[in-house]
Amino acid sequence: MSGFLAELGRALPRLGEGLLVTVESTVLGAGLALVLAYALGLMSGSRSRAARGAARTVVEFFRGTSLYVQLFWLFFALPMLGFRLEPLACGVVALGLNFGAYGAEVVRGAVAAVPRAQLEASVALGMGPGLRLRRVVLPQAHPLMVAPFKNLLVQLLKATPLLSLVTVPDLTFRIDQLRSATGDTAAAYLLLLAVYGVLAGVLSLLMNALERAAKARLGTGGDG
Amino acid sequence: MWDGEAAWAALPTVLEGFGITLVATVLGFGVALLLGLVLALVGRAAPRWVAGPVNAAAAFVRSTPLLVQLFAAWVLVPALDALVLGVLVLGVHYAAYLSEVYRTGIDSVPKGQWEACTALSLPRRRVWRAVVLPQAVRNVLPPLGNYAVSMFKETPLLSVITVHEMFHEASSFGSTHFAYLESFTLAAAVFLLASWPTSVLVRRLEARLAKGA
Repeated sequence: MSGFLAELGRALPRLGEGLLVTVESTVLGAGLALVLAYALGLMSGSRSRAARGAARTVVEFFRGTSLYVQLFWLFFALPMLGFRLEPLACGVVALGLNFGAYGAEVVRGAVAAVPRAQLEASVALGMGPGLRLRRVVLPQAHPLMVAPFKNLLVQLLKATPLLSLVTVPDLTFRIDQLRSATGDTAAAYLLLLAVYGVLAGVLSLLMNALERAAKARLGTGGDG
Repeated sequence: MWDGEAAWAALPTVLEGFGITLVATVLGFGVALLLGLVLALVGRAAPRWVAGPVNAAAAFVRSTPLLVQLFAAWVLVPALDALVLGVLVLGVHYAAYLSEVYRTGIDSVPKGQWEACTALSLPRRRVWRAVVLPQAVRNVLPPLGNYAVSMFKETPLLSVITVHEMFHEASSFGSTHFAYLESFTLAAAVFLLASWPTSVLVRRLEARLAKGA
């Protein structure tokens, strides 16, 4: 155990780099997923049949094929078609597409849950579609999205160790190196599990604060 | 570029792996259904000094990655067969989620049902078995179905502990024949063909329960 601690001390800078890569892939993946979730989610609720059909197809495709298959497809199969992405880019794109598809369902559901009368009132006031969306629909849909987005974000964080399988030097990758250097498997993996537990906890706290803020802006406040 | 012959050659291997994928999903979900129920009942009915640690452990399992749990179990319990170990880890991981699903199901049973049981002085065991659980489980069938589909899509992870499921087979075919494009595309297609109809079914079930309630 003392040997493990000494080795851990020496490996600390590399573990820090790994942690940064994990955080980076989480943030970039979540950013891409958020953009896609809004685009696909709003398209799924659109009146145009073509837009709806396209969005549904993309969403069902990326929800239906496994994230692992998508990631490995990008890493191994895509180069055979002549495109090569950096490992980290593969990971971010796979995370973004997969979680974006799940997020699209959240956005669609939240927008559909805004009372119809709100939309009718804004039409009656002569607001254009963009203004309606920005000032009436989305502000009321946001508080409903935060809780499911929190779950998706934690899921996304927990999916990032997959990136180590396609040679991205994330936290899992670095701790696995530490494990082979020290031979202390139990300590290395317990440490890894604990770090992910803490990261998930921090993310949850951040998202809870966001939810309170979104509700407060709407005037429904508190935990109500 | 796409090679139809390679795809055709990969098909039997991929389908063979699909058999293992199905076995792992069914067994893993069976473990999760049972263990999840036990966790929910313990969290609900056991004394606090038991329920507290059990709930904390379940929360910890939920907040850590399945891949790391698999690695840890793989190196810490090397004696077990890979498939058995994979099924157990999948089962425990999803049980931690399903216990929460059961909990909301149990909470959704109206208070009057409990009171009626007390009025009839039914024994505790019978209250759970004959009154509460049947209603609770019926209420949460759609989320249970969704978790089954999502477990199905997480089985490729078992390939890292050398279980020969579909993804592992597709991957090894890809490396020996240098046909990743064909083998991984096939695997993706099989996943889509299997999981899409299931999620449509779950959604129908959800709509029907919502109407019937």
